[in-house]
Amino acid sequence: MAHTIAVLNPMGFAPKVTRRALAPRLPTLEGKTVYLVDCRFDDSDLFLEQMRAWFAEHLPGVTAVVKRISSVYLNDDPATWEEVRTRGHAAIVGVGH
Amino acid sequence: MTLEAKYGVPTVALHTDKFDRVVRSVATVNGMPGLRQVFVPQPIMGKTARELRAYVDGRDQITGRPVMQEVVEGLTRPPREGEEGPAEFDRTSDRLVGPDSPERLERLFLDQHWTDGLPIVLPTEERVAAMLAGTRRRPDEVVGRMRSTHFREYWEYTVEKVAVNAVMAGARPEYLPVILALAATGVTARSSSSSAMASMAVVNGPIRHEIGMNAGTGAMGPYSHANATIGRAYGLLSQNGQGGSVPGLSYMGNQGNSYAYNSVTFAENEERSPWEPFHVQGGLPASESAVSVFSGCRSTAFGLGLRETHWRDHVRNLLRGMDPSIPPTLLLDPIAARQFVDRGGFGKKAALLDWIHDTARMPAREYWDYQLVQNYIYPRATFGEEPWASRLRAAPDEIIPMFRREDIHAVVVGGETNGYWRIMGCTYQKTVSVEDWR
Repeated sequence: MAHTIAVLNPMGFAPKVTRRALAPRLPTLEGKTVYLVDCRFDDSDLFLEQMRAWFAEHLPGVTAVVKRISSVYLNDDPATWEEVRTRGHAAIVGVGH
Repeated sequence: MTLEAKYGVPTVALHTDKFDRVVRSVATVNGMPGLRQVFVPQPIMGKTARELRAYVDGRDQITGRPVMQEVVEGLTRPPREGEEGPAEFDRTSDRLVGPDSPERLERLFLDQHWTDGLPIVLPTEERVAAMLAGTRRRPDEVVGRMRSTHFREYWEYTVEKVAVNAVMAGARPEYLPVILALAATGVTARSSSSSAMASMAVVNGPIRHEIGMNAGTGAMGPYSHANATIGRAYGLLSQNGQGGSVPGLSYMGNQGNSYAYNSVTFAENEERSPWEPFHVQGGLPASESAVSVFSGCRSTAFGLGLRETHWRDHVRNLLRGMDPSIPPTLLLDPIAARQFVDRGGFGKKAALLDWIHDTARMPAREYWDYQLVQNYIYPRATFGEEPWASRLRAAPDEIIPMFRREDIHAVVVGGETNGYWRIMGCTYQKTVSVEDWR
């Protein structure tokens, strides 16, 4: 029989993952305000401007607002998130990579 | 994820297609596997308005459905049964792997991405026990935690886990306190940044000599068992301790970085330096041993000595070649360090660093147009963070500093076979005492 050994696992200890629910979805975007949140990475702002133009052409009943985050994407931005929550109905965040 | 979970706002996240696996993985480990994500082509950077509009009008690169259809449905379609994943899950793994043949275990470690691609020493119980004799700390003590990127979850590791990775790297028990101190920094040597980062580890104090570290000829190359295996252990501990470093999943460095093989680990040549040891700047006494960790290590410039007439211009040219978003750390052979003292009168290291700060300058219009400055510094400047806020008010042709003074450093290393020196583009992170881990 071949020589066998046991060895120790080198991986660290992972935290337990608990499910977090998605926010309720909207029945329609008509008449709603959608925030296009620019995460300020590479040329995200230019991309989101094109998406805003798409909404104006194809879904004119939607108010699309481009909003830049307050600092770099690595930082939490409660002021912006609060604005989106109070003044908007939905958000599109991009462009991440 | 914050907007969804904390603020209750239905959200769609837009990404480029290269990040498909990694962002789905990040959503899952944050408890939101059903997060609505839409994928457009890579890259966004540098594309014209017409090209970007074509992305919007085009198809999701993963599902093949129209991008805007995915976006609208992502905001309006309720989750399907099971789409939001299980209530909770854990990823506890057994302490032992095997039993199996050594050959099959070596293959398993390679297949699981637990190595750096090079052969490893299998961490048997006996070898790990021998390694643990290198510290008085208990095997089950938690040393620290790491993550590969800002958006991932932290994983923890114990003294035993650090010892396991030290065995794999081929380290000796007497090196373990240095490796534990590196682990205790919590600074990963396996960042998943698409910029392909590596780390640099500088060791100071008496332990350099106790364990035979090299601060002289070849210190930054493969010519010292201690330097090589301590740095390798730091890298292996980082990738395994943080839960992985797998290309396309938890590592996105576009070109990779060969500095990551041993994390540029060396001892400072304190005895031949004209200045105080690096760790003394962090408030530790020279008699104490310590590790200092730097991140980035993507850009390097080099020169030979300092010529009498134009040395200031030559150094300026080297600095202007660095990306201004990443500060310089000068790695000076003792010959070069003494030339800075002789030519520039920098009897104090701080005087040299002041001069580097004043010398590294460029027109404001050029500075603010750098892509990484746009990504990481401009947003902070626009919200008042100094010194960048003041620099943002500069006229386009005004000559402004490229770096913050406090981010510029110098370390003396080398064996005086010549006066070559280099600049490493890297960010100082942390200094940790080795004494606590003996």
